[in-house]
Amino acid sequence: MKKFDVLIIGSGAVGAFVARNLSKYQLDVALLDKENDVGNMTSMANSAIVHSGYDPVPGTNKAKFNVLGNKMFDKIADELDVEFERIGSLTVAIYENQLPMLEDLAKRSEQNGVEVKLLNAEEVKKLEPNINPEVKGALLAPTAGIINPFNLVVHAVENAVDNGVNLFLNEEVVSIETKENGYVVRTRKGNEYEAKVVVNAAGLYSDKIAELVEPVDWKITPRKGQYYVLDHYKLGLVNHVIFPLPSEKGKGILVSRTTSDDYIVGPSSEPVEDPSDLSTDSMTLANVKNQAKDMVPGIPFNQAIRAFSGNRATCTRHDFVIESAPHHETFINLGGIESPGLVSSPAIGEYVVESMIRNMLPLKEKANYNPRVRPYYHLKKMKLEERNQLIKENRDFGEMVCFCEQVSLGEVKDALSRSVPPRSVKAMKKRVRAGFGKCQGGFCQPRILEELAKHYGLDWTEVNYDEENTNILKENVKELK
Amino acid sequence: MKQVDLVIIGGGSAGMAAAIQAYDEGIRDILILEKDARLGGILNQCIHNGFGLTEFKEELSGPEYLQRFVDQVKERGIKFKLQSFVLNITKDKVITYSNAEEGVVEIQAKAIVMATGCYERSAGAIQIPGDRPKGVITAGTAQKYLNINGYLVGKRVVILGSGDIGLIMARRMTLEGAKVLCVCELMPYSNGLQRNIAQCLNDFNIPLYLSHSISKIVGKEKLEKVVVSQVDEKFQFIPGTEMEFECDTLMLSIGLIPYVSLLNNIDCPTSSTRGAIVYDNMETMIDGIFACGNCLHVHDVVDFVTIEGRNAGHGAAQYIKEKEEHGSLKIEVDPNLAYVVPQFVRTPVKEDLTLKFRVRKEIRDKKVVVRHKDEVVFSQVKLVMIPSEMVILTIKKEKLQDITEPLKVSVEDR
Ligand SMILES: Cc1cc2nc3c(=O)[nH]c(=O)nc-3n(C[C@H](O)[C@H](O)[C@H](O)COP(=O)(O)OP(=O)(O)OC[C@H]3O[C@@H](n4cnc5c(N)ncnc54)[C@H](O)[C@@H]3O)c2cc1C
Ligand SMILES: Cc1cc2nc3c(=O)[nH]c(=O)nc-3n(C[C@H](O)[C@H](O)[C@H](O)COP(=O)(O)OP(=O)(O)OC[C@H]3O[C@@H](n4cnc5c(N)ncnc54)[C@H](O)[C@@H]3O)c2cc1C
Repeated sequence: MKKFDVLIIGSGAVGAFVARNLSKYQLDVALLDKENDVGNMTSMANSAIVHSGYDPVPGTNKAKFNVLGNKMFDKIADELDVEFERIGSLTVAIYENQLPMLEDLAKRSEQNGVEVKLLNAEEVKKLEPNINPEVKGALLAPTAGIINPFNLVVHAVENAVDNGVNLFLNEEVVSIETKENGYVVRTRKGNEYEAKVVVNAAGLYSDKIAELVEPVDWKITPRKGQYYVLDHYKLGLVNHVIFPLPSEKGKGILVSRTTSDDYIVGPSSEPVEDPSDLSTDSMTLANVKNQAKDMVPGIPFNQAIRAFSGNRATCTRHDFVIESAPHHETFINLGGIESPGLVSSPAIGEYVVESMIRNMLPLKEKANYNPRVRPYYHLKKMKLEERNQLIKENRDFGEMVCFCEQVSLGEVKDALSRSVPPRSVKAMKKRVRAGFGKCQGGFCQPRILEELAKHYGLDWTEVNYDEENTNILKENVKELK
Repeated sequence: MKQVDLVIIGGGSAGMAAAIQAYDEGIRDILILEKDARLGGILNQCIHNGFGLTEFKEELSGPEYLQRFVDQVKERGIKFKLQSFVLNITKDKVITYSNAEEGVVEIQAKAIVMATGCYERSAGAIQIPGDRPKGVITAGTAQKYLNINGYLVGKRVVILGSGDIGLIMARRMTLEGAKVLCVCELMPYSNGLQRNIAQCLNDFNIPLYLSHSISKIVGKEKLEKVVVSQVDEKFQFIPGTEMEFECDTLMLSIGLIPYVSLLNNIDCPTSSTRGAIVYDNMETMIDGIFACGNCLHVHDVVDFVTIEGRNAGHGAAQYIKEKEEHGSLKIEVDPNLAYVVPQFVRTPVKEDLTLKFRVRKEIRDKKVVVRHKDEVVFSQVKLVMIPSEMVILTIKKEKLQDITEPLKVSVEDR
């Protein structure tokens, strides 16, 4: 049996930042996930907004960790080399009767310690020429930003693994046994892991994992959010994250640019029974479209390249659960981490380690801890000479493999050479964007598949699209049978 | 910066024809930039026959057809660079490309011919309801896996969309041992050529369900089944018409879209085809940048791509030799027509004018009329016109000598 000081269940944003914070210390840490890649559930299917923190109810965990998390993002994005831009958010009032709500929100922002500014209609139109001309005013939150959510999680785990954390994928936790000084965690494959402290960061399944140890007084009631993604057709459709006024159902349908200059429109909000049900339906999407057009009438939906959905780990407590199990201090439940969970995750990670685990285990700093990932290659941002110097050193950076997103073979191979390498076509897409563009992988998928097969010494028929046993190719027809 | 007279972006059928034509008109300094490892474009994977009936009066396979043009390119010593991807172009005709040998290179061209082909509409673009498992693939990608790489993507297949690639793949996969359960098509008519319906579906007893679409994809990680439903005139699913098909592959043949990112980046005006708006010499609204083939509008027969490529090569050669000032008049279409190419004719008219268009729905026993003011400059009876077959007509230049107003194309009673 493998023995660890701390075992984390779930490699979403929350588990990733707990792991990264633990990797500073001389501890044996395991990070488990049931999926074939890290961050393969809610952390890859959300709005990817680094919220300013203007709207959570003051005094809640959501308000506290959102505001703290937001402040950490410049440093995090720098250390982990993740695309991040503070483009600011505008919460817009389209109708006269919404103006008082804007003022209430402004007051709430003040209580949460978030800088905001009320704008009149003219000021809004100046910032956002494509906004509904009926707009009456808006609340500007300059500290809001957009992040590449795929890279955020992958790079955080990569950094943790570089600093010694042990990652185990395709390991679904099915039972947990309580022992005198710790726990034995069993997975579906029959493997056992022993740990002194367990962190439950299982997202949509956090209530199920918590109940494996003892009953809790909260439950996850998932809510689905459906989106459109539009191709990076033209810049300037919107310059900020555009929110409607929030309601009890959530932040409402937003329109925003993404860090790769696409546009994202959504999410809806509807209850869903099965946390893994990520289907989309026409009626909800039509509704998303109409609500978005209310704010930005000219959204070119004919540029849509994808619809997707993500499920929120909405909790009956309506706040983040960040606490030890009732009778097991060393079993830490991180549940109900719905929005603004992504922006809060670095602050939650720090809190869990510095304010909770510090009281359970001795934390001795590692001498060689490095907070930075090995730098990534950002070809598009390089100057011509720099780029050519790189190609001279490694010709793979001159050969393009994904045409829509302009990704080179060099970047694909670089991803494969890292400590959390992609094992599937989809995992590659999350890392380098090959297949994310308008052709959705039609052109580049065979090339990506070839590189994965080569790297792992697999037959082409063994390369998976996503999970284990999702091979894209059925059989080799040229082989003699 | 290196200077080149004519740069051709894309070495498929359109690009090669343009290069050969420009060469034959005296342009020697030509460079074809092709992102793939060989010339020929999409035809490399079209191993079926049916190519070349107009051009060579022969039935050739795709690779045979393209090889004749590769040979012509090589005979003339026209320069081409493979695995050279064009990253960017500017309105001033500076082209930036990247390859492993040279790195990122900028060159200045006198004229550019865009011949970048098209891409396939994906599942994401039409938001098919339901799950997003593996097993949903576009027909062209499945064709590439099968014909270039030698791998079959699945054994029980449902095809959405009756475009030609889907039809061809229905036959191809059947021959490789897969079971094609059905083809469903949203429209009340097929989008493929008649001969493909006969030879690829009927001959293999593969049912074609018109006015049907996929109302649900089922399967979280792997495709398990699809639900096919009939649609009404407004394309809404009709409850009670559901048919379930257990399958491991949903193959999409739901349309091809001109690949024009490079033109979008320089704000080149485009039409409803999504390709560039052009004059009769295939010049876009941006001075010295020409377009032809599937990146202009999607063709069903490669022979016509070749002809259009020549036209662009001719236009570019003339432009390079001597840039002429000209006026222009719009070519307008009535609502029966989905589009027309070209959208403008240069004046004074010095060459016969070829118009290409598609009708929006099947039209029987009518005539196509082109008018200048009230005068009929062209008229032809058409027994059948269907959306899947491009209509091509040529107006003699003599008829267009004194035009001063837009030309109007319409479909009228005989
Ligand atoms: C529609 C939508 C929009 C959102 N928008 C934003 C936003 O704009 N800004 C923002 O800050 N937040 C946003 N959020 C919230 C944010 O996405 C989440 O709070 C965050 O991703 C949660 O991370 P997590 O690590 O808790 O969960 P997850 O990312 O779901 O990670 C949990 C992990 O646990 C694993 N796991 C589960 N059960 C087991 C098991 N038995 N064994 C092993 N592993 C297991 C899963 O495979 C998964 O990888 C949004 C959420 C949704 C759904
Ligand atoms: C599956 C299928 C079946 C068909 N069947 C038939 C048939 O039976 N009979 C028939 O007559 N016609 C058929 N056609 C139609 C005909 O083959 C095509 O319309 C024609 O080949 C298109 O030629 P093209 O040059 O416009 O495009 P393509 O052949 O697609 O060539 C475009 C080229 O541009 C390159 N390129 C694109 N972007 C860049 C860039 N940025 N930098 C460098 N290079 C770039 C591409 O790699 C490609 O080689 C079929 C078409 C398809 C797709």
